[in-house]
Amino acid sequence: MEKRVTFNERWLPYLLVAPQMVITLVFFFWPSGQMVWQSVLIEDAFGGHSKFVWFENFIALFEDPAYFDSVRVTVVFSALVAAVGLALSLLLAVMADRIIRGSSFYKMILVWPYAVAPAVAGVLWGFLFNPAVGIVSWSLKGIGIDFNYVTNANQALALIIIAAVWNQVSYNFLFFLAGLQSIPRSLIEAAAIDGAGPGRRFWDIVFPLLSPTGFFLLVVNIIYAFFGTFGVVASLTQGGPGQATNILVYKVWNDGFRGQDLGGSSAQSAVLMTVVILLTVVQFRFIERRVHY
Amino acid sequence: MSRIMLSSIAAVAVLASAQGAAAQTEIQWWHAMGGALGEAVAKMTDQFNKSQSEYKINAVYKGSYPETLTAAIAAFRAKQGPAIVQVFEVGTATMMAAKGAVYPTYQLMADEKEPFDPKGFIGPVYGYYSTTDGKLLSMPFNSSTPVFYWNKDLFKKAGLDPEKPPQTWPEVGEAAKKLVASGAKCGLTSEWQTWILLENFGAWHDLPFATKSNGFGGLDTQLVFNDAPRIKLISMLQEWTKDKRFVYGGREGKPTAMMNAGDCGMELASSGTASTLLKTLKPENVGIAMMPYDPSVRAKPQNSIIGGATLWTLQGRPKAEYKGVAKFLSYVSSPAVAAKWHQDTGYVPITYAAAKLTEESGFYKNNPGRDIAVKELTLNPPTANTKGLRLGNFIQIRDIEDSELEAVWSGQKDAKTALDEAVKRGNEQLRKFEAANK
Repeated sequence: MEKRVTFNERWLPYLLVAPQMVITLVFFFWPSGQMVWQSVLIEDAFGGHSKFVWFENFIALFEDPAYFDSVRVTVVFSALVAAVGLALSLLLAVMADRIIRGSSFYKMILVWPYAVAPAVAGVLWGFLFNPAVGIVSWSLKGIGIDFNYVTNANQALALIIIAAVWNQVSYNFLFFLAGLQSIPRSLIEAAAIDGAGPGRRFWDIVFPLLSPTGFFLLVVNIIYAFFGTFGVVASLTQGGPGQATNILVYKVWNDGFRGQDLGGSSAQSAVLMTVVILLTVVQFRFIERRVHY
Repeated sequence: MSRIMLSSIAAVAVLASAQGAAAQTEIQWWHAMGGALGEAVAKMTDQFNKSQSEYKINAVYKGSYPETLTAAIAAFRAKQGPAIVQVFEVGTATMMAAKGAVYPTYQLMADEKEPFDPKGFIGPVYGYYSTTDGKLLSMPFNSSTPVFYWNKDLFKKAGLDPEKPPQTWPEVGEAAKKLVASGAKCGLTSEWQTWILLENFGAWHDLPFATKSNGFGGLDTQLVFNDAPRIKLISMLQEWTKDKRFVYGGREGKPTAMMNAGDCGMELASSGTASTLLKTLKPENVGIAMMPYDPSVRAKPQNSIIGGATLWTLQGRPKAEYKGVAKFLSYVSSPAVAAKWHQDTGYVPITYAAAKLTEESGFYKNNPGRDIAVKELTLNPPTANTKGLRLGNFIQIRDIEDSELEAVWSGQKDAKTALDEAVKRGNEQLRKFEAANK
């Protein structure tokens, strides 16, 4: 029998969705609309005089090689943050799922990093890897590795990836663990009786059944890598050395709020928003098809 | 609505208006001075508020310089701006271009008939913030200039005379070599590399940073800092990074961590860094001297330029407030207040009178080296190349310089390629600013 809730009052459903709609309008549509409008203007910082320039800001953006450097960095960074973050948390979740004694202790420890704000995570990792006084960089020096993220571009990128992944692993871990625990034991036991080894059981049963969770986390992680990692970059590397860690969202902020170039920064935001919308649509349309719900 | 509620509203309204009549005119001042500097600001405004009863300055800490500027701009656009805002030197062109948003200081002082003597200010401090015909746009507040610090302990270990700092770049090179040979982890480092190694190196040798008197003469200025002396300096430093005679420690004030840790023998840093270094390394261990110069470029140094921030008056406040703003700006620049600020914070005194007062108080005798910054600024009367810099989108330009210099330190580019590229990309920013402010 189909369960269906009906409203007798005509206005009640509207009333119930109204708060969410208001929040979306005020905090998403209104600023986004302003951003799109700003992106076709050249304006001085105080808004004294502004000029409508059609797509000049976008043309300038696409003619700027520094922008494509930033795109390249963002692609590498986001792919690695999502891939490493998902793989690592899946591994941890599978391990934690198998533990019998002290499992809640391990779970608590693994969830801990999520309580740390990205900016704070950035500062913590910055302390550990500080080229002059950091414990980790000091230890690395002991084994002959000169770790200096202030001048070495690859090390800087590696460091913000580590910090961003560390910050997000807990979130992924929680979802994977919940996903694992919702897989019926009987399926795994049946496979075991049929003689499937642990590896086979994981790849043929657990992994496909975990794919809805994995897909959801993939979307969330990519969006996190695009936007949520701002605090890590701002507190650790400020986009440097050179352009090595200047990811798109940091560049938007830097050009708009430090540089007071509102038109250029809005154009970047518009591009970034379009990319994330497209990415999400692509993920839902194409990847979702291969997901077993 | 009940009668009680109505009457209580009326009572509140009466109370509020009565209070409004009796209260002083409150003036908002947004600043970026955190920590110990914020305390010095609070002390200063408290004293002003106690010295008279008509006006009350309300100093509000708004975060870093860019955050303060952004907050003020957003508030101004919403017609809720403060009367006074502290803006750092790189924001100067942005503020100047915002006609209708700023109330130039010279005009404010004239309108409010507040006595004001432009000649009392130290040349490069005044010049940085005035028009080409010498009219002051914002009130100098906290200004600093780069100086040379050395670690006397490490000098002794390296067999160098701890009381004799190197004066020229070749001498710095010699000292760096000996420091590294004696086991120091780093010979020399520099804070704020763009401000010190490119901007101030230029002024110190009377070289232009940009055409049109470093941008004072108009928005159609072009960067020219890719000249032979600066290419020579940067490629020399690149050579030095190979054996740690020079070590890059990050942007802005970050390299000072290495000097604080006792890793570096020498550092070029802001005069405002003195208080930190003296505290961590012990006063008897740190020397302060003038920046080194390159005798093959110029026989004697010219003068240094400043960094730091000034107080801008914003338009759009009730008329009554501006009288108070003028009085407060007079107060800030009065000799006793400016001298105290200089001694408490390490920023340079903004007027000759404040410098003299500090000298007479014996402060420099008890704190050797703290007068170096003023000496550098007043070494010679400023030329067109050494008044300061006035460049639009300067924050982006500095970011570009930083990233190109980092490419040099990591060995990806040679000095000439990097500086040429920085000039090219910087000029694009200047053209963009010109287009937005025509």
